[in-house]
Amino acid sequence: MIELTHFQVLSGLLFAIGLYGVLARRNLILVLMSIELMLNAVNINLIGYSSFMNASESHRALGHVLIIFVITVAAAELALAIAIILRLYRNKSSINTDDINIMKW
Amino acid sequence: MTSLVFFYLACVVILSGGLTVVLSRNIIYAAFGLMAALAGVAGLFILSFAPFLALVQILIYGGAIVIVIIFALMLTKLEDFRTLSDHKHWPIALIASLLTLGTIVAAAFYTPVNLASRRGVDLSKMAHELFSQWAIPFEIASLLLLIALMGGVIMVRKTDSSDDK
Repeated sequence: MIELTHFQVLSGLLFAIGLYGVLARRNLILVLMSIELMLNAVNINLIGYSSFMNASESHRALGHVLIIFVITVAAAELALAIAIILRLYRNKSSINTDDINIMKW
Repeated sequence: MTSLVFFYLACVVILSGGLTVVLSRNIIYAAFGLMAALAGVAGLFILSFAPFLALVQILIYGGAIVIVIIFALMLTKLEDFRTLSDHKHWPIALIASLLTLGTIVAAAFYTPVNLASRRGVDLSKMAHELFSQWAIPFEIASLLLLIALMGGVIMVRKTDSSDDK
């Protein structure tokens, strides 16, 4: 039988993979894709708790509502991030994270 | 028992897709790995009796987000990606992510949870919650999407000032 622990460990693994991608990759678009992986790890955790918690159905529905909000915010974040990346590419001809240091003090 | 087989199948798809995203040298492979991982998460939603969320996941993530990412890849220079290596401090990133993994797994095993058997949430119940108790956040989310849309258009628009090259 599937347990809640399965969902939690899978979620942790995916979150760790995404975190490694955010920290280690030097391409901005790959960093963005890794952030999407981390958001999906959160969604896995939410659906796991929503399925296995011993709570009323309206409380468990909150997990599903939160997943819908996470997907919405991910879409909005992605649109803005792609716009910023394209703008940076137009101005600096590079999307290497090492080249983008104008806000470094 | 069958559900466990399908769960491990989804695990393999999700984790191999995720590893493709963070390890692949070819960025197009990374985009398709992301698509596989998102499809695997949709499979998990189906396993948790949430077919509506699986549909939304496929539509928005697989259909929209991956396509937008591939468009962004096309609008930037593809040749650079082949030679662009990872950060030279990648072992630090590896250690940080392993520590995060350890923390999450330890918290998962040692936190007491009041468990019940696996069951879904009725879609009409979820919709009722979304449009009664969470109606204002829902409206704010729609406003957020509108603002993100307008901000994206304004940011990438060609202006007649001199900052375009």
